[in-house]
Amino acid sequence: MRLAIAGDSGAYERCLRDMTAVLRVGVRRAVTRAGLAAGEAEDIVQEILLAVHLKRHTWDTTRPIGPWLQAVARHKTIDAIRRRGGRSGVPLDDVVETLPAPREEPTIRETELVRALDSLPPGERAAVTAIALDGASFAEAAVRLGTTEGALRVALHRGLARLARTAHERT
Amino acid sequence: MKTDDLLRVLVADGGTIEPPVATRLWRLLPLGLAATALLFLTTLGPRPDIAAAVQTVRFVLKPIEMALPAVLAAALMLRLARPTDQRTARLSAGLAAVAALLVAGVLAELVVVPSSEWGRRLVGERAVACLVSIPVLAAPLLAASLAVLRRGAPRRPGLAGAAAGLFAATAGAAFYALHCPDDSPLFVATWYSLAIVAVTAIGALAGRWLLRW
Repeated sequence: MRLAIAGDSGAYERCLRDMTAVLRVGVRRAVTRAGLAAGEAEDIVQEILLAVHLKRHTWDTTRPIGPWLQAVARHKTIDAIRRRGGRSGVPLDDVVETLPAPREEPTIRETELVRALDSLPPGERAAVTAIALDGASFAEAAVRLGTTEGALRVALHRGLARLARTAHERT
Repeated sequence: MKTDDLLRVLVADGGTIEPPVATRLWRLLPLGLAATALLFLTTLGPRPDIAAAVQTVRFVLKPIEMALPAVLAAALMLRLARPTDQRTARLSAGLAAVAALLVAGVLAELVVVPSSEWGRRLVGERAVACLVSIPVLAAPLLAASLAVLRRGAPRRPGLAGAAAGLFAATAGAAFYALHCPDDSPLFVATWYSLAIVAVTAIGALAGRWLLRW
C-alpha cells in the first residue's frame, strides 16, 4: 500500500486484490451471522473497497495497514448490515480474516453499485462505465467520449466519490 | 458490477489521492481564523482598558484558559478523523487538566473574595453578550473544521464533531476574552463554559449528520 500511495499502480492492484480476498471471508461470515442472505456479502465487500480507495489518505503510512483496514471494514460492514435490516450487535472482531481465502469471485447478480451507477450525472457515469465495464484506457475512453484525459480522470474520481455517498445514503 | 471491474476503476483512479487531513486543516484553518478575527475586530474589538487589564492575573488567565484547550481539541479532532482514532488519551487528559485549572481558579476566587461579592461576580456585567458572542465567533471555525473532517474517516462521527465544536468554541472564546469586561473565574467558569458546551453539542449533532461515511 505504501508503494501504491507513492503511485505504483501494479502494487496498488496487488494490494486491492489481497484485501478483496481477506475481506470476502470475514464479510461473508458477518453477513451470515447477521441473518442476511450470503449474496449481500459481495455488495458489502465492494462498498468496503470503495471506502478503502477513497479514504486511503487517512491511513498513517508510518503504521501497519492491518488495523486501519480492519477499522474501515468494520465501520462499513456495521453500517451496511444495519442498513439492510440485519441483526445488529453481531461481534465483528474479525471482518478482516487472515486465513488464506479463495480468490475466485462469487458469481452474483447485478450489484448495488450498478444500480447506484444509474443515479450518477451522465459524464461521471460514462467515465466509470468506460473504465470499469468496457475496460478502456483513459486515452481510448477520452477519444470515444470526446473529452480530454484530464477531464475524464476528474469525472471518474468524482463519480467514485458520489457512488460511495449514494451507497451510503440509500436506506 | 463485478468486483474485478470495480478494482480496475479503483486502480485507474489510483493517481488521485487526497492530501492528508492535517494538510487540509492547515489550508482551511487560517481562513476560519481570519474570518473570526475580522468578525471580532469589526463587531466587538478589545476592551478599552486592555492595557491595564493585562496587568491582572484574572484577565490574563482567560485567553490562556481558552487558547490552551483550543490547541488540544484541534489535535484531538485530527486524531479522531482517522478510522483507527487511537492515541487520544493524552490529549483528553490535557483537556481534563485545563478543566481542573478552571476549577482551581474558581476555588482561589472563593478564598480571595468575600462571600458577599460572589453573586455579583458570578452574574457579571455582560453574561448574555458572552453567551451570544462565543457561538457567533466560533461559527466560521466550526464550519472550517467540519469541512476538513468531512475529508477524514472518523470512526465516531459524533465525537469527532464534538471535538470540532470544542475547538471552535474555545478558540472563539479566546477572542471574546479580550473584549469581555468580566474577569472573575466565577464568571468564566459559568458563562464561558455554558457557551462552550452549547457549541460542542452543536458540533456533535452536526458531526453525526455530516461526518458519516
